[in-house]
Amino acid sequence: MAQLFEFEKPIAELEHKISELQKFSADKDIDLSQEVATLEKKATLLKKEIYGKLEPWQKVQIARHSERPNFYDYAPLLFEDFIELKGDRLFADDRSISGGIALFHGIAVTVIAQVKGKDTKENIKRNFGMPHPEGYRKAVRLMDQAEKFGRPILTFIDTPGAACDLGAEERGQGEAIARCLLAMSGYRVPVISTVIGEGGSGGALALGVGNVLLMLENSFYSVIAPESCASILWKDTTKAKEAAAALKFTAQDLLRLGVADELVREPQGGAHNNLHQTADELSQVISKYLVRLRSESPEVLREKRYQKLRAIGVFQETADKIYQKDLTKPLD
Amino acid sequence: MFKDIFRKTKYVTIKSGQMQNRTPSSMQEEPANISKKELPDGLWVKCPKCGEVLFNKNIEENARVCTTCEHHFRISARARLALLVDENSFEEWDAELTTLDSLAFPGYEEKLIEAQEKSGMTEGVLTGRAKIEDIPFVVAINEAGFMMGSMGSVVGEKIARAIERAIDLKLPVVIFSTSGGARMQEGILSLYQMAKTSAALGRLAENNLLYISVLTDPTFGGVTASYASLGDIMISEPNALIGFTGPRVIKQTMRQELPTGAQTAEFNQEHGSIDLIVARTQMRPVLARLLRYHQEGALYGSTI
Repeated sequence: MAQLFEFEKPIAELEHKISELQKFSADKDIDLSQEVATLEKKATLLKKEIYGKLEPWQKVQIARHSERPNFYDYAPLLFEDFIELKGDRLFADDRSISGGIALFHGIAVTVIAQVKGKDTKENIKRNFGMPHPEGYRKAVRLMDQAEKFGRPILTFIDTPGAACDLGAEERGQGEAIARCLLAMSGYRVPVISTVIGEGGSGGALALGVGNVLLMLENSFYSVIAPESCASILWKDTTKAKEAAAALKFTAQDLLRLGVADELVREPQGGAHNNLHQTADELSQVISKYLVRLRSESPEVLREKRYQKLRAIGVFQETADKIYQKDLTKPLD
Repeated sequence: MFKDIFRKTKYVTIKSGQMQNRTPSSMQEEPANISKKELPDGLWVKCPKCGEVLFNKNIEENARVCTTCEHHFRISARARLALLVDENSFEEWDAELTTLDSLAFPGYEEKLIEAQEKSGMTEGVLTGRAKIEDIPFVVAINEAGFMMGSMGSVVGEKIARAIERAIDLKLPVVIFSTSGGARMQEGILSLYQMAKTSAALGRLAENNLLYISVLTDPTFGGVTASYASLGDIMISEPNALIGFTGPRVIKQTMRQELPTGAQTAEFNQEHGSIDLIVARTQMRPVLARLLRYHQEGALYGSTI
């Protein structure tokens, strides 16, 4: 049984009632099909209602679901072949970032993906999906190769954030991420980034400088974790729900802000309810954009990516309209 | 020997007249001076590091560096500019670029107004072109008094534009970072300013133009993870705190106590992240030498 969230409990209760009724009907040989049908109809409506208008915080919970598919779940379904290549040649192999060469719809691509574990043991191995500098340096090494050999790059984002321990500081976490941003912004090959779960701040952005940004519909991508934001704003980490709404970080928000290009549909309730269906949707959308990008010349790809980055941001060019309050106030 | 250079005689001229009109008190320097609270007459300051009570005038004359322990007080962007560049050489760019509360984030508008009043700046970075010992360059300086120099849309855009103009003008770039990182209140838009500024620096590098990154106390988060770490030459002021994750967050999330001296400029240099640690009083002559050695005359086959 999958982990259930508080907001899903009414659905679970109704489904439980239905199965009890069905069991009762079979045991006693009484026809209750009409009652069952009524309840099933009710369940469908309830699901539509609950999953149709998920709040930002509920999406965070789905994106962080312990059974949410990770990159290794999708890889065999997305690619005909995947050869994982390891190490940054400088320090270590970071297992929170997986990279290699894959065959996608018959095309050789370079894949870079953040990977969270599914259980405590795997999470410790993968540092809960929080990459160290060596992970980002491995990513740059492999992406540079993609550029060298003219292979498109597909990145998959799923991290609570970059590693934040002493080792990360000693080995230059900031520089490692900055080099990713610099490298990705300059490639002449198509780059498609997809947020499949959590997009945690700079650690996520390091793989997010693409020509195209796709997001699974229940994923989120934020400048700061909602808990940390709540702690700064209200000195209270339990107000993460309010922070989640204020940060405007859901896939739908990012689409509206023009940062995400397209959302990838998930099965009702989230990707964990149907891995194959999610992988199919992912495959189709990525393929559509890859075909489009491959028709562009290398220089155009690079220029368009630069212009896309340049256009992100909201500001105004005149100093006199901004703060109505301030400006109407007489100067003393 | 350089004492005369650093004696503040006059502020540089600022082209944009808007800010002066709006906040007349803004040109007073050092809004971040903690000690003023304790010693309200402003005649004396207490060094937060060695505890020595110092004559404010002496500190001013020493580039706001403690005359006893060499502690570098935080200084405003304009004060730093005045210490650094040739008199009347600064031309400010994009001062009219201002912030919109695009996400209607709780309390952001009030924070912005407060920051403007406190710092006398329209946003968290000052950009433009100037000269050091007659050598022209493009400069950007973060303002600690403006929401701790955090990077939102305006800071990212001003830095990107300054770098692009440097490419057009074929000038080197020097950026002084002081920042808590990406600005939370503009959400994902702030985060992508990291990519924007890094991409612009990529273009600068392709044009073989020099970029010197000077890290000052404190430089953290999204700024460390973007433009601040991409310098051809990485400089820091002594004892500045520099890192990706702040010490408080490391303690909270990792339950890891950082060793004494971690994340200082010296720690960063020891771990290979910084080329030079330069005292504020020496910054101008050091930058002048580095800029000069990257001028056309210094190329192979010619002499300076």
